[in-house]
Amino acid sequence: MSELNYKELGLKVGLEIHQQLNTKSKLFCNCPTLLTDEYKFTIERFLRPVMSEVGEVDVAALFEWEKGKKYIYRIPEKSTCLVEYDEEPPHNLNEEALKIGIAMTLAFGGNIVDEIYVMRKEVIDGSNTSGFQRTSIVGLGGNLNDEEGEIGIQTIAIEEDAARKIEDKGKEIIYNLDRLGIPLIEISTAPDIHSPEQAKRVAFKIGQMLRLTGKVKRGLGTIRQDLNVSITGGVKIEIKGVQELDLIPMIIKYEVLRQYNLLKIKEEIEKKITKEEIEKNFIIKDLTDLFKNTKSKVILSAIKSNGKVYGIKVAGFRGIFGKELVPKRRFGTEVSDYVKALAGLGGIFHSDELPNYGITEEEISKVKENLNTSTNDAFVLIVGPKDKLDLATNVIKERILYAFDGIPKETRGANEDGTTKFLRPQPGSARMYPETDVMPTRVSKQLIEEAKQLIPPTPEDKIKSLLSTGISEELAKQLINNPRIDLFEDLVKKYSPKVPPMIIATTIENTVKYVKTQGGNPDLITDDIIDEVINEIYKGNINKDSIPEILTEYSRGNGKIEDIINKYSMISDSELEKIVRETIEENKEEIYKRKEKAFSLVMGRVMAKVRGKAEGKKVAELIKRELQII
Amino acid sequence: MSLEGYRGKALDILSKLNVNIGDIIEISRDSFKIKGILMPSYSRDDSIIVIKMENGYNVGISVDNSKISVLEKRIQKPLNVMPEKEEKSEVKIISTGGTIASKIEYETGAVRPALSTEEIIQFMPEINEIAKISAEILFSILSENMSPDKWIKIAEAIKSAFDKGNLGVVIAHGTDTLAYTAAALSFSLKKLQGPVVLVGSQRSSDRPSSDSPINLYSSVLLAKKAPFGEVVINMHGESSDLYTLAHRGVKVRKMHTSRRDAFQSINDKPLAKVLWLEKEIKILRPDYHTKDEETTVDSKFDNRVFLLKYYPGFDPSFIDYLVDTKKIRGIIIEGTGLGHTSTELLDSFKKAAKDGIFLGMTSQCIFGRVNMNVYTTGRLLQQVGVVPLEDMLPEVALVKLMWVLAHENDIEKIKNLMLTNLVGEINSRHSLDFFPRWYHE
Repeated sequence: MSELNYKELGLKVGLEIHQQLNTKSKLFCNCPTLLTDEYKFTIERFLRPVMSEVGEVDVAALFEWEKGKKYIYRIPEKSTCLVEYDEEPPHNLNEEALKIGIAMTLAFGGNIVDEIYVMRKEVIDGSNTSGFQRTSIVGLGGNLNDEEGEIGIQTIAIEEDAARKIEDKGKEIIYNLDRLGIPLIEISTAPDIHSPEQAKRVAFKIGQMLRLTGKVKRGLGTIRQDLNVSITGGVKIEIKGVQELDLIPMIIKYEVLRQYNLLKIKEEIEKKITKEEIEKNFIIKDLTDLFKNTKSKVILSAIKSNGKVYGIKVAGFRGIFGKELVPKRRFGTEVSDYVKALAGLGGIFHSDELPNYGITEEEISKVKENLNTSTNDAFVLIVGPKDKLDLATNVIKERILYAFDGIPKETRGANEDGTTKFLRPQPGSARMYPETDVMPTRVSKQLIEEAKQLIPPTPEDKIKSLLSTGISEELAKQLINNPRIDLFEDLVKKYSPKVPPMIIATTIENTVKYVKTQGGNPDLITDDIIDEVINEIYKGNINKDSIPEILTEYSRGNGKIEDIINKYSMISDSELEKIVRETIEENKEEIYKRKEKAFSLVMGRVMAKVRGKAEGKKVAELIKRELQII
Repeated sequence: MSLEGYRGKALDILSKLNVNIGDIIEISRDSFKIKGILMPSYSRDDSIIVIKMENGYNVGISVDNSKISVLEKRIQKPLNVMPEKEEKSEVKIISTGGTIASKIEYETGAVRPALSTEEIIQFMPEINEIAKISAEILFSILSENMSPDKWIKIAEAIKSAFDKGNLGVVIAHGTDTLAYTAAALSFSLKKLQGPVVLVGSQRSSDRPSSDSPINLYSSVLLAKKAPFGEVVINMHGESSDLYTLAHRGVKVRKMHTSRRDAFQSINDKPLAKVLWLEKEIKILRPDYHTKDEETTVDSKFDNRVFLLKYYPGFDPSFIDYLVDTKKIRGIIIEGTGLGHTSTELLDSFKKAAKDGIFLGMTSQCIFGRVNMNVYTTGRLLQQVGVVPLEDMLPEVALVKLMWVLAHENDIEKIKNLMLTNLVGEINSRHSLDFFPRWYHE
C-alpha cells in the first residue's frame, strides 16, 4: 500500500499545542522565566505514585515508579526558588499568563470559565519536583477556520512547564529546574483533522496566532505539539513532543500505516491461531548452555556478566515478527520497544531475523529443537540478568497476545525520521485531583477587559500594520510567518526612522537565510546579535551593505561580534577620497585607454579595497567626481 | 457530605434540584454546555458551581443565567473501615492527625485522616520488611488544635503500647506543634523501654513527592532498632530525600514554615541519623538515655502559664493583668539577647514574684544561653525574681513549667526543678558547630 486513502481509513487527528509564554514571572512564583545552565547546588529526590480513594494507582504513574529512579535536580539560583524545589507552597496563579489564556479563548470564540481551578496532574517521571503538573482550564469551545473545514477547539489550559532533562543515567535522571514553572498555554483541538497536511497547517495557524499575541517565547523547544491519531478500528494514540512542524505529516502518515498494519496482523493471526493456543504453548527455556561458545557478541558479553539466555516459543507466529509496519520498524520492533521500556533490556532477537548478529544456523536449529517448534512457529531470544528476563517474558507474552485485540493504547514519542516509539501506557483520568494550595480565581469583567488587549490580530490586519512601517508587501508576508516578528517590532521601535524598517526586515528575513547559503550557522545569529548589528548602523559606525558580510563571518564562528564589526567600521570620507585618488593614480594608463568605460574598472578596484567599509553609492559618486577632474 | 461548601445562590438552586455532591450534572448557558460531576465548593463566590469534567479538570461555572439539570445520581459506596486486628507487633504507630496521617479523596479533593495498619502498609509496603506494625488512630486533629489534655492521652497510649510488648512507638502528628508535644512527652515519660519517635510531614502525603513515606519508614526503623529510651522527632535531615535526623524532643524546633528539613536541633546535636535506603541508624552522640526496664507515665500539666515575648514598647500593665485577672502561676519570658526586658517592667515583675508567680527568662535569639550577669538590667531582673533558664528553648521552658506547676506548689521547689536538667533540656556545653551558617558567597 503506497498511498493511503485517509478518508477511507477514517483518519482523525487532534492536536495539543503547548507554547511557552513570555511572562515576567513563572506561573506560581516570582522567579523570572529564564533558562540558565549555571547552578551551585543539587537536591536528590524519589517520587512514588499516590493511591486513589478506590485503591487504584494510575497505570502511567505506577509504570514510572516501578523503574525505581532517583531524580537529581540542579538548582539554578537565577531562575528558581523554594517553590520549584517543592519546599514552599505555590503562590497565586500568575495573572499575566491567565490573561493570555483568556485572550486566546476569545480569539477562538470560546467560552471563558467563570472560576478557574488549578488541578494537579500526576506525573512521576521526575520532570516535576512535586510529582504532578499544575494545570487549569481557562476556556472551553470555539473554533478555527481551515480550508478543509472548521476545526473545533476543545479546551484552553494554562499550565506549568516541566523541568528540563539534562541526562538519563538509567537509575538516575538529572534535571535542571530552570524551566519548571514557566507558564504554558495548552490548546487542544477536537479530532476534526482528517489529513496529515491539514494537521500541519492547523498547528501552524495556531502557532501563528500565539506568536501574534506578542506574549510567547520562541526558539527551540518553546512550542511542542502532541498529536492524537486514530483510524477506524484503531485507537487514539498519543504522540508526544513533536517540535518541528514539518515532521507532523510524516508522523501521522507513519502512525496511520502502523495502525493499519497492526490491524492487518490481527486479521492474519486470527486465521492462523488463537490466543489460548499461544498461551498454552508459550514455552520459556533457559538456553544459556546452548550459547556458551557463541559468536554473537551481545549474547557472549551478557553470559560473561552472569546473564542468561531465554528462548520463548510463540506458536503460529512465523513471519509475524518480521512484518514491516513502517519503514525499518517491524512487529518485532514493537515487542522490542516494550522489552526496552518495561523490562530494561536491550531488546529481543526473533526467528524472522535470524541467522544474523553472530547467531548461526546451527544455533538456531538447536533452539528450535529445544523449544520444540514446528515450521509455523516463531521464537524469541532474550539475554540479560535473570530478574529482568523474568519480567521481559511477561511483557513479551502480553504484547503478543494484545495483537489479537489490535492496537494497544499507548503514549508514543516521535523519532527524528517521523516514526514513533513506545513511551508508556496512556494515563487515566485517575491522575487528576485539585491543587488545594491555590485558591480558585474568579474571572472578573475587569480581567476580561484587560485580556482583550492581548487578543492576536488576524494575519491580514497584521500585514496591514507591517506595511505601514514602509516595508515591502513581499517582506511583510514573509515576516508574518517568521517567529521573529516581535524582534522586528522591537527593533523598529528602538532604531527607526534612523534605520529604515526595510533594513531591519531584510536582515531578519533574508540575511539570516543568506548566511546559511554561505556555509554559516544561522543558529548563531541570535536576537542579541541582530540587535547589536542594527544598533551599530543606528550609531553610524557601519553601513547597511556590510550586514551580510558581518553576519556571515560571525556565523562561521570567526570571533567575537565586536571584533568583526570593528573590521567593517566605516572609513571616513576623507580616507575614502584618498583611496579613490590613489586608485585612479595607479590605473591612469588603463583609464585613458578605456575612456568612458573606465568607471567600472575603478569602481571594481576601489570596492576591492573598501568592501563593507564604505557604501557603494557613495564610492560611485566619488569616483564619478574624480574621473571628471582628470 | 451532601452539598459541602455551598452557600447562598448556588446552594438554593442545587437544593431545589435535589442534587448531591458526586452527581453528574449539566450546566448550560446559551449554546454553551458543560457536563461533569458536582464537586464540593471552596469558592469565595456563592454563585459558583464546581464541576469535574470528563478529562479530570475542575471548572467553576456561575449559576447566573445558567440552566442546571441532573443527568445521573451518584451511587454511594459504603466506606470500608477495617476493624483493627489485635495482633502482637514490634512497633506501634499512633496517629493523632496532621498532614502525615491524611489521604486525599480523589473524587472530591477532600483530605481525610487515614492511618489504619492496613492503609499504612498499602501506603508504604516496604515497612513490612523492617517491622511488624500495628496502628491506632487516637485523634484526627490538626496540630494547631493539640492541647495538654491530649498530651496526657498520648503519653498513656505510649505506655500501653510498651506494656503490650512493642519495641518502640511512632507518633504521627502535625508539624506545627510537634515540638511542644515532644517536650510534653519527654517530661511525662519518666522511664522508657524504647524509642518514642514523633514524625510528621511537611508535604502532604497526597503528592508523589511527599516526605511522609520516608519519614514514616525511617521512624519505624528507629522505633524498632534505636538503642535509646528517649522521645525524639524524626524528620528529613535536608531538602534531599537521602536521610532523616532524630532530634532530642526537648532540643528541637520547627525552623521553617514549609521546608522538609524544617526541624533542627537547637543548642544541641541530633541524636541519630537514619539512612533509610541502607536501613542504617547512625548514632551521632553517645550520651543518649538508654532503655529502661519499664515505662512509667507521670503526665500532668497546669496551663495557667504565659509565654511573653518582649518587644520595645511593651506595656508593663499586661503583666499586671495576667497576674491580677488571669491568675496565672508562671511566666516564661522570651527576652532580648542574653535575657533582658526594659527596666520599666521591673515593678510589675517584682509584684508578680511577690505573689509567688514563677518568672523564667529565655532568649528570643533562640540560639545560645541567657546570661543575666553581664549587664545591669539582667542583674536587676534577677533581683526582682526573674530566673535565667540557661539554654532552654522558650517553648520547652513553657511546657516544662506546665509540668512542674502541676507537680509542685512551693516556689523554691519550682525554681529548683526548672533549673534541673530533667531530660536533656539543658545543655551546659555549647560547641562552635551548634550554630548554622548561611550561604553568603
